[in-house]
Amino acid sequence: MTATSQLSSDDLLAGSRRLTDGRREAILAVPTIHCGGCVARIEKGISHISGITSVRVNLTSKRMTVQWSGESPAAILDTLRSMRHEPSLVGQEEESKDKVLSSLVKALAVSGFGASNIMILSVAVWSGVEDATRVLFHWLSALIALPVIAYSGRVFFVSAYRALRRFETNMDVPISLGIILACVLSIYDALHNGKYAYFDAAVSLIFFLLIGRTLDHMMRVKASTAVGNLARLVGHSATVEENGAYHAKPLPEVRAGMTLLIAAGQRVPVDAVVLEGISDMDGSLVSGESIPFSVCPGAELRAGLLNLSAPLKIRAVSGASNSFLAEMMALMEGAGAKKSRYQRLADRASRIYTPVAHLAAFLTFAGWIYFSGDFHAAATAAITALIITCPCALGLAVPMVQVIAAKNLFSRGIVVKNGEALERLRDADTVIFDKTGTLTLSEPVLNSAGNHSPENLALARQMAVYSRHPYCRALIAGAGQIDETGGAAIKDIPGQGLEMSRAGSIYRLGKLDWATDDGSNARGNTCVLSKDGLLLETFVFTDKLRDDAVQTVSRLDQSGLGVEIISGDTPEAVENLSRHLGVASCTGAMTPRKKLDRLNELSAVGHKIMMVGDGLNDLPALAGAHVSFAPSGANDVSQKAADFVLLDGNLGGILYARRVSILSHRFVLQNFSLAAFYNVIALPFAMAGLVTPLLAALAMSASSIIVVANALRLSRLLSRPEGMAT
Amino acid sequence: MTMFSLLWPISIALGLIGLAAFFWSLKNGQYGDAAGDAQRIIYDEDAPLDKDKGSL
Repeated sequence: MTATSQLSSDDLLAGSRRLTDGRREAILAVPTIHCGGCVARIEKGISHISGITSVRVNLTSKRMTVQWSGESPAAILDTLRSMRHEPSLVGQEEESKDKVLSSLVKALAVSGFGASNIMILSVAVWSGVEDATRVLFHWLSALIALPVIAYSGRVFFVSAYRALRRFETNMDVPISLGIILACVLSIYDALHNGKYAYFDAAVSLIFFLLIGRTLDHMMRVKASTAVGNLARLVGHSATVEENGAYHAKPLPEVRAGMTLLIAAGQRVPVDAVVLEGISDMDGSLVSGESIPFSVCPGAELRAGLLNLSAPLKIRAVSGASNSFLAEMMALMEGAGAKKSRYQRLADRASRIYTPVAHLAAFLTFAGWIYFSGDFHAAATAAITALIITCPCALGLAVPMVQVIAAKNLFSRGIVVKNGEALERLRDADTVIFDKTGTLTLSEPVLNSAGNHSPENLALARQMAVYSRHPYCRALIAGAGQIDETGGAAIKDIPGQGLEMSRAGSIYRLGKLDWATDDGSNARGNTCVLSKDGLLLETFVFTDKLRDDAVQTVSRLDQSGLGVEIISGDTPEAVENLSRHLGVASCTGAMTPRKKLDRLNELSAVGHKIMMVGDGLNDLPALAGAHVSFAPSGANDVSQKAADFVLLDGNLGGILYARRVSILSHRFVLQNFSLAAFYNVIALPFAMAGLVTPLLAALAMSASSIIVVANALRLSRLLSRPEGMAT
Repeated sequence: MTMFSLLWPISIALGLIGLAAFFWSLKNGQYGDAAGDAQRIIYDEDAPLDKDKGSL
């Protein structure tokens, strides 16, 4: 992704937000920050730039918020890069404050306050306070409990009400029923000088449930904005020629047949045909191939291509709504919708729990009425049964484990988007890798440096400095330090290569058929140096593998997962790589749609696919896979579409994440059994009317604490290196 | 009993003050960057209070 990975100051400006006083604010993710020292250095360095009004680095989220007035200071990015930090832009909508989380935390604090203060009074009642004092204590408890329940219980009441209105039931229905009935019964008992009130149970129930609910919210799926970001890539308008004049037109108004002007650095907004001009195009969006290709009049262009070198006049052959890019967005949306059918473990558990809780309470009530005929005793027993079966421990079982897992993953440079992805990861049995930018780094390397004559290499290097083509940069890096031999006139011929005239000869560095007279077909991944049409040297380039690609692939293979490579690159290049990595199955020349088709084909025969990809052309596949990874350095759109982001770009993170996922699953199951075990023991006592409020309070807290303590073990287990260290 | 009618309201009031303090700290962004704030004490020079901190 040579053209999209590095943030430019224009991107910074476009991704920033205008504050009310006219200043601008941008939020940057800087994953390489890891201590207070980095924070202090960055804040100091950035705040010295003129125009910067505020800079604040957040070490926990590894993000920095910077505000400036006036123009976008490019120095922000330069300063960061001089400290070896590569920032990426964070979408404003993503950073917007999570209102739900903050209201959950507030409700949690209120219920904690209520529970502890009521408990003080309840302990006195359990210890044998009597008569008028007991009545007073009951009323004081009610005074605290009722407002607390009204405030903190809303979370459950609202959700239960919504379900009931649709004639459905969910976990919150028995919870709300239990809380409300417990309150009503307690008020009745307080009025009639009853022995016990259940205000403490109702409030501490809310407290424990809210802990689980808050953690669960943190691991929820957040709405993906990847599709919107994709649309933003091509901008909102295009330069259209009408009656000999150029003017900007909103993208939706562009129709087939219009003539458009595409400046260097702009993306082609619709599918089109080149009318005039020769240029190089970056096709990473379409094919995933990072090496630019040249176009000349008559060439077909797809929406999303980036024009690199020279202005082009093109004729649109599609509108914005039916272009290649629009098709890709539709594919992504379709693929994403399919994935949302996955049912989370916690939801599956609650599906079993809800009818059981209702049934237990109902049977208790009916049984007591039938055998004793005492309405008050029956109601008490039924409410106790409802409260005791309340899924405090169940609600904590999954999110507690996932929050700890996510924290461990983040400390290893892996961001997991939601708990659901963590659950899905362990099911994956087939891994599909993209090639360019995922298994390999985007920059090619000179493969044949040792075989060239030093003079030719020096010549080529001298010419190469005049171009930003990836091959030229690889040549410069591969040739090493060579003495320069005088200046010369060098021309950059768009789409062909570089031309230099010296001492009456013409040297050309570029495509074989252009540089030499024989014009035979060029092999892929090469570039030649010629003198007056005679071949001097052929340079061969290969993609550089990521450091741990070989190791990761073989480990995945050993773990019994199928590995496959699908790439938009030439079949030849893909085969070479698969042979090197020992991967049997590979396919080249895949379009985004074909990638998704291949995925669907595999999942149709029961495979669960893990997709690892970085390119925009992988987007539909990333969205459609059972679980997906994107190495960072990938553009922010694919980072949004993927479930996991590997911040340090190490593929080994996949192995670690898989281990975390498998272990978490084991811990979740343990927690479920602990919670179920508690219910199986406690429920018969509650139904028999043997559970006093004291016992209920103890049992409820103990089961929740055990589940939390068990989840905490995961952290210890993960910090221990275990064969699969990454 | 007179003791109780005096002490209980005091204890509740103290609890409420604590709760209010927590709400304030939440709104003020005191939990926005727990790891960073712990280290800032070592590196920070004294500077005017910055109002634009992130909050939960």
